[in-house]
Amino acid sequence: MKHLNIEQKRPRIAVFDFTGCEGCELQLANKEETLGAFLDAIEVINYREVSSEKGDNYDVALIDGAITRPDEIERLKAIREKAKVLVAMGSCACFGGVTKLKNAYNLDEANREVYGDCPKETIPTMAVGDVVTVDLKLPGCPVSKDEVERVVQHLVWDLPLPTYAYPVCLQCKQRYTVCRFDMGELCLGPITRAGCNAPCPAGGLGCWGCRGPAENPNYEEFFALAKEKGFSEQEVKDRLAFFGGFEDVL
Amino acid sequence: MTTSGKNTKKINLNVDVHHLTRVEGHGNIRVRVVDGKVTEARWDIVETPRFFEVMLKGKHYTAAGILTARICGICSIGHCLASVRASEAAFGVTIPEAAAKLRLLAKHGETMQSHFLHLFFLAAPDFLGLTSAIPLKDLNPEVFGIAARLKKLANDICDLVAGRTTHPVSLQVGGVAKMPDRHALLEIRDRLERSVPDLTATVELFKTLEIPEFVRETEFVALKGENDYPFIGGRLVSTDGVERDESEYLAMTNEYVDKNNTSKWAKLSRESLAVGALARLNNNYDFLNDQAKAVAVELGLAPVCHAPLMNNVAQLVECVHVVYDSIRLIDELVDSGNAETMAPVKPKAGRGVGAVEVPRGILYHDYEYGDDGRVVRANCVIPTTQNNANIHYDMHALAEQFACEGMTDERLELLCSMLVRAYDPCISCSVH
Ligand code: SF4
Ligand code: SF4
Ligand code: SF4
Repeated sequence: MKHLNIEQKRPRIAVFDFTGCEGCELQLANKEETLGAFLDAIEVINYREVSSEKGDNYDVALIDGAITRPDEIERLKAIREKAKVLVAMGSCACFGGVTKLKNAYNLDEANREVYGDCPKETIPTMAVGDVVTVDLKLPGCPVSKDEVERVVQHLVWDLPLPTYAYPVCLQCKQRYTVCRFDMGELCLGPITRAGCNAPCPAGGLGCWGCRGPAENPNYEEFFALAKEKGFSEQEVKDRLAFFGGFEDVL
Repeated sequence: MTTSGKNTKKINLNVDVHHLTRVEGHGNIRVRVVDGKVTEARWDIVETPRFFEVMLKGKHYTAAGILTARICGICSIGHCLASVRASEAAFGVTIPEAAAKLRLLAKHGETMQSHFLHLFFLAAPDFLGLTSAIPLKDLNPEVFGIAARLKKLANDICDLVAGRTTHPVSLQVGGVAKMPDRHALLEIRDRLERSVPDLTATVELFKTLEIPEFVRETEFVALKGENDYPFIGGRLVSTDGVERDESEYLAMTNEYVDKNNTSKWAKLSRESLAVGALARLNNNYDFLNDQAKAVAVELGLAPVCHAPLMNNVAQLVECVHVVYDSIRLIDELVDSGNAETMAPVKPKAGRGVGAVEVPRGILYHDYEYGDDGRVVRANCVIPTTQNNANIHYDMHALAEQFACEGMTDERLELLCSMLVRAYDPCISCSVH
């Protein structure tokens, strides 16, 4: 890849999937308007979902999915050893995601219920950071391709990394969306980290907090607001638990 | 393909694929041929189970669709639709007509998105001798551009109607949360019309691809069209003549657990069955629009077709169908003005089933609710689960057909991989 005739360095990137829906990986092939430029800017070493190329000489490992089986722990550790930078991509990788909801149930019973006499190996769901050191977290269900692109821009041109300290409400207001609270619905926007551009309220659904907490969220005020608007503690808790990002306040 | 047919020469072949690439999720292929005899031919799913049915227990009906969308990133709209349909059946809710049209439009967006992703990025590289579609960007920028434009159009339809491409937000129990902006709809309509040259070019490209000849008689299961090519709800049908109501889906899937697989297997009148684009087309060919039928004829696809690799072609035919059908839907939606898109929902105890044709085949969600609107019991039967046994038996037959002189391990590996990829398996989904 040349810009103004000068060869740029291309970060060598590998994508690895663990337990999830692979929606995060799919995002990498989306945003088609910049897909060519994105692929030009990087060297794809491993990306099983779309490429048969395999290699070990990568610098950056993008991990999607949570950890739910002993062999995944080993595989993840091996990747950590090879990668200079390890990025947790999406809510499953960052917090355990919806996959973590299973931890609230008895796994032996769950196994019997789904697989009868042929139980499958499974352990309580862990986030990637519970197993290895994570250098960068990009929460979201799915991950925002925009943020992945900005990581690449950081690697290539040293542009600043994406950081959103403020909550979803800010981006929601910028879109002139009618507040879901005013429609009588619960919304985690006031305490959730922005960066998604608030698609849920705009699409007619209160925020479910997939990106986890914003910086220094004002929980007290939020709980008071939810109560004042008539939402039960159970309702608020159910939602905070959904994507695994709010474990600290549960 | 010249290697088909029997040969007396004894040949030994060995294929071992660990985590097949360019498919969604993790699966292994293992084929052994000793002295010209196939001693082993396996397709095994090694994906980690996630226990969605268990996680659904106790969840409020407003959370069920949001949760089950996460079964699969590629067909999240389909899962969400099957989920809300099951809940609506349990509560006795009838959604407004405009909502049904919006849902179908979102479904069309997903069908296009998934099929184009599969055709260009997952399947085509095998035919072009590439390891991925990434080099196409430089080798054939024109084709890469077509793929990117078509896929973007598909994603933009989903964004507009469902609020997001992956993991929709507007598809809710009772209908669809909002009617998209009229101008935005018309802009999509315009882009759909302008996508026709890209579609034509795609058909031309697929005409030049040589599809390995492999036929194995199969029972195909799909929704049964009554007036239209079916995507959301309705009766169930098979090419062996079985017909059932949507709520009797268990009689169509007959799931059982194989000890080597995290995914369950399914059967109906034979030892296995197939679902997907080819199954839909085999059961509902007459309901395709004229443009799609013309492409089917052009590409040599006629029902009932028993060649699994022709599923690629069936997907392309469906893409043509949904592009024109989306234009029709947008015209009707624009005419309906500001029609109501949500029906009131009052949860009550009961059971409901939702069947939806997702890109890889028919999908069932089945929920039982308590009076509080929380799930008591849930069951989801995924397309790839229904296909896995069939892939497995196909693999054996394919190995037998091609285990003859001149065959190499590499070539057989490619053929087996192409067979599996033709089903466009969604393994994460099937293990949910
Ligand atoms: S974070 Fe969401 S989109 Fe990403 S893998 Fe997990 S469930 Fe799928
Ligand atoms: S809808 Fe949610 S995110 Fe938007 S302003 Fe209201 S509380 Fe904040
Ligand atoms: S609005 Fe909330 S739930 Fe929706 S994408 Fe943003 S953070 Fe996630």
